[in-house]
Amino acid sequence: MTEPVPAGGGADRSPRPWRAANRAFAGRRRLGVGALLGPPLAWMLVVYVGSLLLLVWSSLYRLDPVTQKPTHEFTWANLRSAFALWDADTRDAIWPFVRTVGVALLVTAICVMIAMPVAFFVAKVAPRWMRRGLIVAMLMPLWAGYLVKGYAWRAMVSPAGGRFAAEGKGDGGFLESVFGWTPGYGRVAIVVALVYLWLPYMILPVYAGLERLPPSLLDAAGDLGARPLRTFREIILPMLLPSVAAGSIFTFSLTLGDYIVPQIVNNGEERFMFGSTINATLGAPNQPLAAAYTLWPLVIIVLYLLAMKRAGAFDNL
Amino acid sequence: MTDSVDTSSGDDGIRGADAIQLVGLRKTFGAGEHRVTAVDGVDLTIGQGEFFSLLGPSGSGKTTVLRMIAGFESPTGGAILLDGVDVTSAPAYDRDVNTVFQDYALFPHMSVLHNVEYGLRVKRVGRAERRRRAEEMLEKVRLGDFGHRKPHQLSGGQRQRVALARALVNHPKVLLLDEPLGALDLKLREEMQVELKAIQRDVGITFVFVTHDQGEALSMSNRIAVFNHGRIEQVGTPRDIYDNPATSFVAGFVGTSNIIPADLSGRLMGIEAVHSVRPERIRIVHEATADTEVSVDGTVSDVQYLGADCRVRVDLGDGRHLLANVPSDGLVGVAIGGPVRLAWSRYAAYTVADTDTSEGGDQ
Repeated sequence: MTEPVPAGGGADRSPRPWRAANRAFAGRRRLGVGALLGPPLAWMLVVYVGSLLLLVWSSLYRLDPVTQKPTHEFTWANLRSAFALWDADTRDAIWPFVRTVGVALLVTAICVMIAMPVAFFVAKVAPRWMRRGLIVAMLMPLWAGYLVKGYAWRAMVSPAGGRFAAEGKGDGGFLESVFGWTPGYGRVAIVVALVYLWLPYMILPVYAGLERLPPSLLDAAGDLGARPLRTFREIILPMLLPSVAAGSIFTFSLTLGDYIVPQIVNNGEERFMFGSTINATLGAPNQPLAAAYTLWPLVIIVLYLLAMKRAGAFDNL
Repeated sequence: MTDSVDTSSGDDGIRGADAIQLVGLRKTFGAGEHRVTAVDGVDLTIGQGEFFSLLGPSGSGKTTVLRMIAGFESPTGGAILLDGVDVTSAPAYDRDVNTVFQDYALFPHMSVLHNVEYGLRVKRVGRAERRRRAEEMLEKVRLGDFGHRKPHQLSGGQRQRVALARALVNHPKVLLLDEPLGALDLKLREEMQVELKAIQRDVGITFVFVTHDQGEALSMSNRIAVFNHGRIEQVGTPRDIYDNPATSFVAGFVGTSNIIPADLSGRLMGIEAVHSVRPERIRIVHEATADTEVSVDGTVSDVQYLGADCRVRVDLGDGRHLLANVPSDGLVGVAIGGPVRLAWSRYAAYTVADTDTSEGGDQ
């Protein structure tokens, strides 16, 4: 048995307790990797995967009809009723769900359309000194609290006679009193607020994708006779598809799961998003059935991720 | 240094209007104190069918000149004429030139065939016609069987040839090549030099070739423009440039030269002017020399083995030194620290203008 000699052959001058540790790790690659990755991996398993499993698990508990609390009795009934489309209660949940998926797709599409030109300007057009400021500006909305942004939008769109009417400045919210027009509370406000919330998550991957795009490719397209619009359609867009797909995972899944800001800018009326349905079921109170309902968006997310994987969203992460 | 066979004259390919005319071309980048002059008044005429090289160190402005001809950069001043027509303000997509990029710039999401077809597709050439021409061009660069591959499935040399085919298939008036061989290893580079030259003779298109490799420029070009600090130091045939460098910068950059300052020239050769002598023209002698020869005594300070030759560095005692290339078997009696006598013919020394011999800054 020979002791592993440290590189350079010099004596280990670390404090005594470290010396033993150094000796234990020297030349043992697996031990080092394990010690580095073990704790965060364990955390991911417990917090991320664990909570998800717990959700599925809790949908298998029977609700005690008297105390209205989940019992430890196993039952398929919740899952069956959550997916039993012939059941009247379940049918009522379908429309909010379809609406939510639709809003998620719409918000994603609008985010793509805004992110493309903005990211292109920052990555390829703006002079270097301006770039850093623009990136900060793009990230700025992420620094404000979620609820703060929700209420800010409520103040923006609040209609005449609304609660956010500014003193002496007309009797509506910001848009009403400054521009004399507001979409008011409702679906338009929901989509606008959600686009505002999730836009940075689309801009960032698109910006990164454009940054990676060699400028010579754009020169080459022009050199071969392609005008700027054609270059965008045939060179930039196809090469940016993976980045857009990656960004859309954020915008789509975040919208799919959101219901609080939609409620805020909807003045608390109508259960517009599917999350509200789940929340109402939870408050019924029927925790196991609510857990079973969460499997709907979960299935959609899995399908969406598979589709985006095919589009190459995970190729350059 | 290999001398190519057709260095006789640069105007053997010229017919009709000049392919390219640059008039007082200038380009500055940035503003205020960060302002950098990349191209500082370049006048140049390139004839039809010429293989013309822009040679210079990095930052000398040669690539910027090429990018202005292509239309990727707009000049700060001056004019660019293609075939006698002023295109100074025309966008790249409206110019009848094509470019082979240093990094090839192949479209990674398209197959090789689609890459080559792209320019024809943009110009609305019919499907069958453009397929035929693209396949023909791929055949010409010996990649006939690679049309269905994606660029990332090709080697560097193959990508380089695809880039060449993609540009040439459009039959441009001028082909611009931006250090196209820079990323290839030595052997492949030498093969491609021969191949490029053959293709150029075959298609008869004017080639403008940017390179920092003087060997490449000498062996391939009809004429060369040597750039430094955004200006042209000399334009001429490879033989002109090598044998009769106009300035001390050209003498030093193209091949290796001994620049002999005016005072030393006066003492040795009787003419008070800066001279340049190639190391291979300097011999080590042991006897008295003829009076057409110049000779000088010194001390050997270093011997560098180069293969067939050795490069001997000789200190002249006043802080100056000369380099001499001597056949390896002619080193008898030469020892580091020992005395030596060097000699060269008066006809091997050329007067050169004394220019800044430092290489252009990094821009």
